[in-house]
Amino acid sequence: MDNHKMIPDSARKSNICMALFGVCLLLLGVMFIHASIQRRTGNAGTEHMAGLVKNLELTDLCLFTEARYTRNLSQADLHSAFQDHPSSLEHFPAGSVTGPPAGIRRINVKLD
Amino acid sequence: MSNLIEKQRSILDFTLSSLMRRKAKNISLFLVYSLVVFVLGSAMFFTQAMKREASLILKEAPEMVIQRLLCGRYEPVPLDYLERIKNIRGVISADYRLWGYYYDPAAGSNYTLMVPRNNPPARGKIVIGNGIARNRMLYREDILSFRGYNGINHNFEVDDILSSESELVSADLMLISEEDFRDFFGLSPAAATDIVATVRNQKELITIANKISELLPDTRPVIRDEMIRTYDSVFDWRGGILIVLISMAMLSFVIFAWEKASGLSAEERREIGILKAIGWETSDVIAVKTYEGAIISFFSFCTGLLLAYGHVFFTSAFLFAPALKGWSVIYPDFRITPYIDPYQVVVLFLLTVVPYTAATVVPSWRSAIIDPDSVMRL
Amino acid sequence: MIRLLDVRKGFNLAKPNEYIAVSGVTLTIEANRVTVFKGPSGSGKTTLLSLIGCMTRPTSGRIELMDNLPLINGILRDNGETNRLEVTSLPERFLTEIRRRLFGFIFQQFNLIKGITVLENIMLPSYPLGRKHGFVTERAHALIDTFGLGARASAKVEWLSGGEAQRVAIARALMNDPPVIIADEPTAHLDSKLSVEFMEIISGLKNQGKTIIIASHDPLVFEAGMIDRIINVRDGMLYGSGT
Ligand SMILES: Nc1ncnc2c1ncn2[C@@H]1O[C@H](COP(=O)(O)OP(=O)(O)OP(=O)(O)O)[C@@H](O)[C@H]1O
Ligand SMILES: [Mg+2]
Repeated sequence: MDNHKMIPDSARKSNICMALFGVCLLLLGVMFIHASIQRRTGNAGTEHMAGLVKNLELTDLCLFTEARYTRNLSQADLHSAFQDHPSSLEHFPAGSVTGPPAGIRRINVKLD
Repeated sequence: MSNLIEKQRSILDFTLSSLMRRKAKNISLFLVYSLVVFVLGSAMFFTQAMKREASLILKEAPEMVIQRLLCGRYEPVPLDYLERIKNIRGVISADYRLWGYYYDPAAGSNYTLMVPRNNPPARGKIVIGNGIARNRMLYREDILSFRGYNGINHNFEVDDILSSESELVSADLMLISEEDFRDFFGLSPAAATDIVATVRNQKELITIANKISELLPDTRPVIRDEMIRTYDSVFDWRGGILIVLISMAMLSFVIFAWEKASGLSAEERREIGILKAIGWETSDVIAVKTYEGAIISFFSFCTGLLLAYGHVFFTSAFLFAPALKGWSVIYPDFRITPYIDPYQVVVLFLLTVVPYTAATVVPSWRSAIIDPDSVMRL
Repeated sequence: MIRLLDVRKGFNLAKPNEYIAVSGVTLTIEANRVTVFKGPSGSGKTTLLSLIGCMTRPTSGRIELMDNLPLINGILRDNGETNRLEVTSLPERFLTEIRRRLFGFIFQQFNLIKGITVLENIMLPSYPLGRKHGFVTERAHALIDTFGLGARASAKVEWLSGGEAQRVAIARALMNDPPVIIADEPTAHLDSKLSVEFMEIISGLKNQGKTIIIASHDPLVFEAGMIDRIINVRDGMLYGSGT
């Protein structure tokens, strides 16, 4: 009974597991806090862009520069081929991530 | 009470020992699971943050853009439309915009040429977006040569480069003077690309839009809300191929997990029998299985989600860039402001942790109620 | 004392393959004795042991426990009994409780859980009791020492030799300090030297005051000196009993 390598309570598997669980919760907490701090302070870039949008009277984000109807999505043609149906896959891959503008979708509900 | 806690801790001890003996299986499960959460989480963070970013940026977009349609496509608008729009009651101002696309064969990419209303560049000078500058390695005072509508080359000197922080809206922009624009595209002085209008009362925006399309039946007004909403649907992560792919991944994962978790081997059934024979209750056995499922799924969920957060907000979702980029040559380099929708995190949690835990627990139920005496005959 | 009154156990009742494994057994097993069920294969020994050990319920008949009842106080209170407990009518959860406090089982195949250590295997029966971790590990280590397994405490059970595995199985049966030990063919997988060792351990347990019930057809077992009673089983019935 004397010379046993008694398992210290801290090395008990369940305790390690609970500790890891705590660490995970903590990290998730840190993630949320980081997000909210960044959201409050890190707006300089966004404001700068909003300023540019106002100044240049831009209407769209410059995400998909591959074709004109993907560059300015909100200004797209009303009747361009394959673009007037909600499930259109007119232009892969941009068209696979994007849908046609809401207005066009509304006009074409009867096609569904 | 302390008894109960001690009991659960002991059961947890056993669960962990039990998990550790199938290290390879459980680690691969954990990795695949984390990967699924990572992809789903990245898509979720990315789309949520982009939606928010788009709405913050585009809240400064023109209140209303009026296009002219000809043969079902938009065409330059005659400038005399301006006066007719201004005369509508409630319209404060109407101005024309000049912009268009130019395909640059040297770079193989599309540029958006635009004439700014305030401080346009001098003749022969241009201001370019950082995407163009990066793509063609341009600096101030470099000269660019573009082929105009009539085949004549025009030389432009780079006067300035738009800041890199604004790439998300300006990467492919090329600001140019009005005279150069008209010369280059051959646009008649009596026409413009489209018209932007402001109204006195936001509430009347739609009424006025309707009035405009009555007055000028070949026009199509696009109001700001529609622009913002466009980006809501663009980043609607429930739509699109990405989601189809993800659901396929998810589905195969569920099948994989089900098979791994539910295929209670003869050995596992034997163990359950032994535990029951030495005095474990059915509920204790089920607790083991529940912990097993919960441990793997919870830790995978956390790992996947944290990695997704890092991926989207620290590396600007570099893994998604190829998918979003397609074959466009100019892709903006941008930082996304973190934004987490707790509701979606909860949904993701429920979609990942609950099914897996259930897939682990449910099949063990049958085994957990076997008669303990079966162990005597193993 | 454990009493069986006209106990019958049938399998697949009312089906073509109906089989009566134990038919009309009446028997009293004395406390602090070593009782051996002896009989050919298929005679119903294992079935009898699982009936006595509350692993399964008889088709008809009664089984009464008369000793060590304070250990299962809670169940007694619920049933209004004080000096004996009829177990066949108890719900499953009480049977589990009885099993874990009154009986220690040593199975024919040892039935240790592979992949986890000797120490943890021995501790397993104590987990549902929610005892203090320190107390439990201490007791497990004491058992490990008693059975000379000290050096192997953190070894995985599949690395053990047959004799070591047997001793781990015994230690596990003793973990909750039950008054009754039930062993089914404990020497089936042991050579004669280890079988003799096993019977010595049993003798030691008897001296500690345990009640021991063994099923075996190994002469080394029922010819051992500490056996108090041998009960012959054939076709699910008992044939005489000697000492
Ligand atoms: N679950 C069951 N279903 C059907 N028959 C069973 C079942 N369990 C036991 N039996 C039958 O009951 C009879 C008695 O079985 P038991 O295991 O008690 O015999 P045993 O005396 O322990 O035999 P052995 O010495 O081979 O271990 C056997 O013929 C067996 O086939
Ligand atoms: Mg048997």
